[in-house]
Amino acid sequence: MQQQTFTIKNPTGVHARPAGAILKKASQFACKVEIEKADGTRVSAKGMVGLLKLGLKQNDQVTVITDGDGEVEALQAVGEVLETVFE
Amino acid sequence: MNLKGIAAAPGYAIGPAFVMKDTGVKVERRTLSAAEAKAEVVRFSEIVKQAIEQVKEIQEQARVKMGDEQAEIFESHILVLHDDEFVGRTKELIEEKSINAEAALAEVTEELVTFFEGMDNEYMNERAADFRDLSRRLLNLLTGVKQTSLSDFEEPVVLITDDLTPSDSAQLDRDRVAGFATNIGGRTSHSAIMARSMEIPAVVGLKDVTERLQDGDMVILDGTTGNMIVKPTAEQIAEYEAKKVNFEKRKSEFKNYLNAASVTSDGHQVELVANIGNPGDAHNAHKNGAEGIGLFRTEFLYMGRPNFPTEEEQFAAYKEVAETFGKDHPIVIRTLDIGGDKELDYLELPKEMNPFLGYRAIRLCLDEQEMFKTQLRAILRASAFGNVKIMYPMIATIVELRAANAILAEVKAELDAAGVAYNKELEVGIMIEIPAAVLVSDQLAKEADFFSIGTNDLVQYTMAADRMNQKVSHLTQPMNPSVLRLIRMVIENAHREGKWVGMCGEMAGNPVAVPLLLGLGLDEFSMSASSILPARVLMSKISLADAKEAAVKALDMQTAEEIECFVQESFPEIAEVL
Repeated sequence: MQQQTFTIKNPTGVHARPAGAILKKASQFACKVEIEKADGTRVSAKGMVGLLKLGLKQNDQVTVITDGDGEVEALQAVGEVLETVFE
Repeated sequence: MNLKGIAAAPGYAIGPAFVMKDTGVKVERRTLSAAEAKAEVVRFSEIVKQAIEQVKEIQEQARVKMGDEQAEIFESHILVLHDDEFVGRTKELIEEKSINAEAALAEVTEELVTFFEGMDNEYMNERAADFRDLSRRLLNLLTGVKQTSLSDFEEPVVLITDDLTPSDSAQLDRDRVAGFATNIGGRTSHSAIMARSMEIPAVVGLKDVTERLQDGDMVILDGTTGNMIVKPTAEQIAEYEAKKVNFEKRKSEFKNYLNAASVTSDGHQVELVANIGNPGDAHNAHKNGAEGIGLFRTEFLYMGRPNFPTEEEQFAAYKEVAETFGKDHPIVIRTLDIGGDKELDYLELPKEMNPFLGYRAIRLCLDEQEMFKTQLRAILRASAFGNVKIMYPMIATIVELRAANAILAEVKAELDAAGVAYNKELEVGIMIEIPAAVLVSDQLAKEADFFSIGTNDLVQYTMAADRMNQKVSHLTQPMNPSVLRLIRMVIENAHREGKWVGMCGEMAGNPVAVPLLLGLGLDEFSMSASSILPARVLMSKISLADAKEAAVKALDMQTAEEIECFVQESFPEIAEVL
């Protein structure tokens, strides 16, 4: 199992477009990929509704937890998308 | 009857109303046997597949009509239709409670809608509408009800409805729908965003417009102000027809200036660039015809977080903006400009009686050298990726400029030793916003590569008046003779040393100020993205010769009112872009 904390940088937070990008990246990996908010809420990064429900805003810190095949790669890849600034 | 709503998309629509009431499919709840429930889950799965196909088609329509960005909304719809929490949960409910798909769907939708509407975030509240949209689509498929297609109208109507779902918006045909008005929604609703994207005038948030109008009622929709006139007089119709013609004319005229140079009618060229507060703004600026960035405020990197921004985080942000514009376009990055009136969790800033006259900006940075060096290092590294320039805020004396440059030299030496690439010729300038700097601008011009006049603060410091204080804000008019004379002095001193002068205060984007600024010799105008095209259009219609003459006369006048009237009368072109 791997985990690391990342910071949301997108000024408008994780809305539909970033959520879709995170989901797509996470779904490329066979392992479990979860995202946990500061308050302990944890969701699968492969589900749209869950990601939107987190309501992540710019500067929020989140922990990505991966478990299984490709967990190391997945961690960095998903983390990168989380910290991406979209338009 | 006059109604007032929220302006969602600019422009004017004049036509008969078509009131679309949400007939709302009635959801029947039926109890099923265990076997029936199993079959129901299969039926629901089939319907979901059909829905996904439908949304994909609409997504294509949207891509063609509105572009890739708007079509992305439907991407998220498709992802939701694959989601366990929506579709999966519905299937679970069908089996758990042995009910029909319609009822299970209604329950799951209500749960999600309530959750998103309860969130503390306007954008998320709007997501509730997405779930209603998807739910309605699935419901219609389940019950076999056909939805009214919005592309079925004969003549252009003004569509009146409770809300326009993303699917509805995507199917709007500009030839058939002149504009629309809704009961609910705000400027960031899907409907508003799509209306602006498709350039269809719209007014939202009218609360009960669907109840107050009938099919066929003549309507004037003013998407620029959010007003709606029901059953207008012939005079009103004529008035708005004229406004509409003017609006369309101006819109197409402005579009022609998007990639044009910023030139006066007698061939004098200047630079029109944008003020931005974060990398996202840079894309918008680029889309609005900015030739670069005249002020990249970096405070966003430091605020609302528990610790200092790292060099890497800063570098990524600066690099992104540099790459948005490419190597030939200037990106002026202003070093940290905050003070006692802003709270930072990780930096003890003293509580001050007069924060605007206090420990802030360059004064703070010259003390907190590690923090300053980190920022300078990130900016220098980004200079390898574009035409990056550095600007120090709030310089009051040449001593401060020399101290800042000494620190910059140290950072450059460190980067040289580490073999890190940066633009060795990068320009380093200062903001002129403190009167003291204006008075020694002849000396500062020898050691700075450029000046950028920060009129917002320069006016306040010069007039000793707070623009937010209603009792004295009348003193902060930018067209004040004192301010104009300061501007003239700065420009003359800079030009004598062969240095360029820009302006990044609001004044630069004010059409009434543009002729004088041109006449005084301003080289670069930095403003909010939306002011760029009007400014460029205005400049193309006036001559530098006239502007110079006007500037000479204006600077002998005694009051701001006199100056403003004189400029408006001498340059009627100003009214055309306001």
